[in-house]
Amino acid sequence: MTPRTQKIASATLIVSVFVFWEIFCVLAGISELILPRPSRIIEAFLQYALAIAPHAWQTLYTTLVGFLFGVLIGLSLGVLIGSSKLCYDTAYPLLVGISSIPKVAVVPIFVLWFGAGTVPAILTAMIICIFPIVVNVSTGIATVEPELEDVMKSLKANKLEILWNVGLPRSLPYFFAALKVSITLSFVGSVIAETVASNKGVGNMMLIASSQFNVPLVFSGLIVLAVMGISLYAIFALLEGRMTGWATRKNNV
Amino acid sequence: MTGEDFVKLEGVGVTYGSGGSKTKALCPTDLSIAKGDFVALVGPSGCGKSTILKLVSELLKPSEGNIFFGGRELGAKPVRVGMAFQSASLLQWMSVRDNVMLPLKIVPPFKADFRNKRNGEFKDRVDALLEQVGLIDFADKSPWQLSGGMMQRANLCRALVHDPDLLLLDEPFGALDQFTREELWQTMQDLWMNRKSTVLLVTHDLREATYLANRVCVMSARPGRIIDDRPVNFARPRAIDVTFDPLFIQMVQALRQLIVHTPTAPKADAA
Repeated sequence: MTPRTQKIASATLIVSVFVFWEIFCVLAGISELILPRPSRIIEAFLQYALAIAPHAWQTLYTTLVGFLFGVLIGLSLGVLIGSSKLCYDTAYPLLVGISSIPKVAVVPIFVLWFGAGTVPAILTAMIICIFPIVVNVSTGIATVEPELEDVMKSLKANKLEILWNVGLPRSLPYFFAALKVSITLSFVGSVIAETVASNKGVGNMMLIASSQFNVPLVFSGLIVLAVMGISLYAIFALLEGRMTGWATRKNNV
Repeated sequence: MTGEDFVKLEGVGVTYGSGGSKTKALCPTDLSIAKGDFVALVGPSGCGKSTILKLVSELLKPSEGNIFFGGRELGAKPVRVGMAFQSASLLQWMSVRDNVMLPLKIVPPFKADFRNKRNGEFKDRVDALLEQVGLIDFADKSPWQLSGGMMQRANLCRALVHDPDLLLLDEPFGALDQFTREELWQTMQDLWMNRKSTVLLVTHDLREATYLANRVCVMSARPGRIIDDRPVNFARPRAIDVTFDPLFIQMVQALRQLIVHTPTAPKADAA
């Protein structure tokens, strides 16, 4: 398939899913309280757009701030762990241990410490996205070809020079792969935190809407989250293509 | 041979591990290389040829013995070394030109001027070298756009661009097909004749050693030691045809006998 027909196929599939959903709801006579039709969801979205906007902004804000901190921490830890065998061996068990805790379970602790609201959402978004970045960046740096390292060492390059000239550029594709995973995870984090303890944000809005049986609004919230998630993913995918085209062997880098 | 000993190994041995699990990788070895000489080190797999390269390039510390460089102990003053391995290990995110330029970014005194000269003097320097090995048209290409032989040419350029005192080659042509390999032998010979650098080449290809080197040292199986050291006296520049000369074939056969019939050699085992 050419890229163009591929794109058309993808778009057709997406549209047909919604069309099927709509027809299925109508034919099966499913109650709006269980599964609203896409057209009803869009209607609800337009009706409540002004009310949704501040919540959407809040979720985007907590996600992005948390993500930013997560990337900074994850990148530094990844570089540290990846460039020292000692650090790698020492810290890895702890990291695996921490990563195996469901991050959602720490939300009540954040609420206990910082109260309900923005801070727990940011922290949850942050903590949930650190680990994939650490693992990927450290792997990228730790797996520099031994021959290449020998060439650099024989030139009397110090650790920092090897890291800067070889390790970091080499781990960029791994880093961007992690960013794409992490940004979606960050959304999960902040929405969970909003659902558990906040009076703002899309998660909170969906919780309240469902308690009022305003199911079309609940689904509008879902659509908003999907759109934000996909947009950020797309931005990072684009950046990835620009920065690490060499890894996928594109000619126009 | 000219000049005094440029590189000198005195009773240098290497033992890996400690306590009960000691492995002797290299028996105490003496070796000296004159300035501007081209020495090849041949021997069975795992005999410690590469270990000697790593010792001379300070990647590995000897367990015993001393290494001298220009009369001084190794480490007393920085030795400028260029190295090339079997895998070209070029940086995929850089153009061929930038790859070759890499040592200039790291090795003093070039390092200090790198920012100012990278688009001027250094670029000309790299391009001149690429021109010599016939890669100038590929300077702006990415490494993965090159063939295996071209990558190795770039690899050689990278090892030479900073005018190393000593060029260390660890089977740089090992992964190439026969024709490409012979082409690169000629390129290598040209580079050496132009620059008069001191070269230590590790290889398991006896024809390669005989064609390229002024001196061939033969090592025994692990734990390695040098069991033979003989000059190669064919006139330079050597054409590829010299490899069909009866004297050349005789020499290759003699080297082969030495390696195959070394008493301590079981079978060619893993390195």
